[in-house]
Amino acid sequence: MNKQQTTEERLWDYIDGVSSPGERTVIEQLIQTDLEWKSKYSELIEVQQLLQSSELEAPSMRFTKNVMEEISRLQIAPATRNYINKRIIWGIGAFFITIIIGFLVYGFGQIDWTAQGDSKIPVEFTNVDFSKVDYSKMFNNNLVNGFMMLNVILGLFLLDRYLANRRKKFHEEI
Amino acid sequence: MLTGLNDNELISRVLKGDQQAYAGLVTRYQNYVFTLSLRFTKNREDAEEVSQDIFVKAYRSLADFRGASKFSTWLYTIVNTTCITFLRKKRMEVHSLDNEKIFEVADSVDSGMRANQVEQKSRVAMVNNAIDMLSPDDAEVLTLFYKGEQSLEEIAMILGIEANTAKVRLHRARARLKEKMEKHFAEEVKDLN
Repeated sequence: MNKQQTTEERLWDYIDGVSSPGERTVIEQLIQTDLEWKSKYSELIEVQQLLQSSELEAPSMRFTKNVMEEISRLQIAPATRNYINKRIIWGIGAFFITIIIGFLVYGFGQIDWTAQGDSKIPVEFTNVDFSKVDYSKMFNNNLVNGFMMLNVILGLFLLDRYLANRRKKFHEEI
Repeated sequence: MLTGLNDNELISRVLKGDQQAYAGLVTRYQNYVFTLSLRFTKNREDAEEVSQDIFVKAYRSLADFRGASKFSTWLYTIVNTTCITFLRKKRMEVHSLDNEKIFEVADSVDSGMRANQVEQKSRVAMVNNAIDMLSPDDAEVLTLFYKGEQSLEEIAMILGIEANTAKVRLHRARARLKEKMEKHFAEEVKDLN
């Protein structure tokens, strides 16, 4: 079964013209020398010719007229690339980044860096023992948690958009 | 007058406001679009309605066609999405290629169609009838490759799949078509040989 499939697939690639030059030479030799390959090749050529002889169906005589009547009431929509202003997109992005940064600054400002320290003088950042820092003030607030969740979702949307654009560009290059 | 212009020239005219130039594109592609729609709907009335909808959608979105691909490839992408939406609306299940139900559905269609098919001995009618018995997925890929003048890469773009997957689908569609012809048109196939 597998051998048969492989033979057929290789022959179809040969017939469709998608085989490599080396493969083409091998298949040409096989068709000439091997009876099984020759017979299978003739069979597939027959199917190929049948498929090429299939005809397109035609719609009713009024089809073009109907379409033209329909579009006479419509306008071509402006290209999406024209009405999506990049400055607005960047503005929205900048707004959210500012909010995130502002939130982080506020959050770190709320942390009691001296929770375990003896001195009341704020310690230098490099000297902070992070395992002993009291984060409860920062993360024990529903409003803050909700805000973080919103930012994560927005971040995922932006990532999705970026990946979709990359995929689109890749398809266009093909 | 419009027939001498290529697709891009016609599109350019339409975008400049010459709405009548769009008739040139409709005339050129109506058979391709209608045939593809018919592969999905299996019904001429629905196919005509869907085809009309496709050309209207294409007109509305014409400014988005950037010429990065052939117009036909871009148009067939609209055909594919519109037909799938139509099938969903009709609550018909679009089965995957490996789903055995495809064959059950096709076989149930067979019995009703055979009376006519036996009478139609011509080569073309036989192939068209055999294609009609295939699932929409198989029939679409065969039509795009053999009648729509689309390469495997272009078919992949239309269907939103990898080129290798398109190749596999084409292989399978041809194998299934061969099975259908051997099963239902054995006599006709013999006559052709």
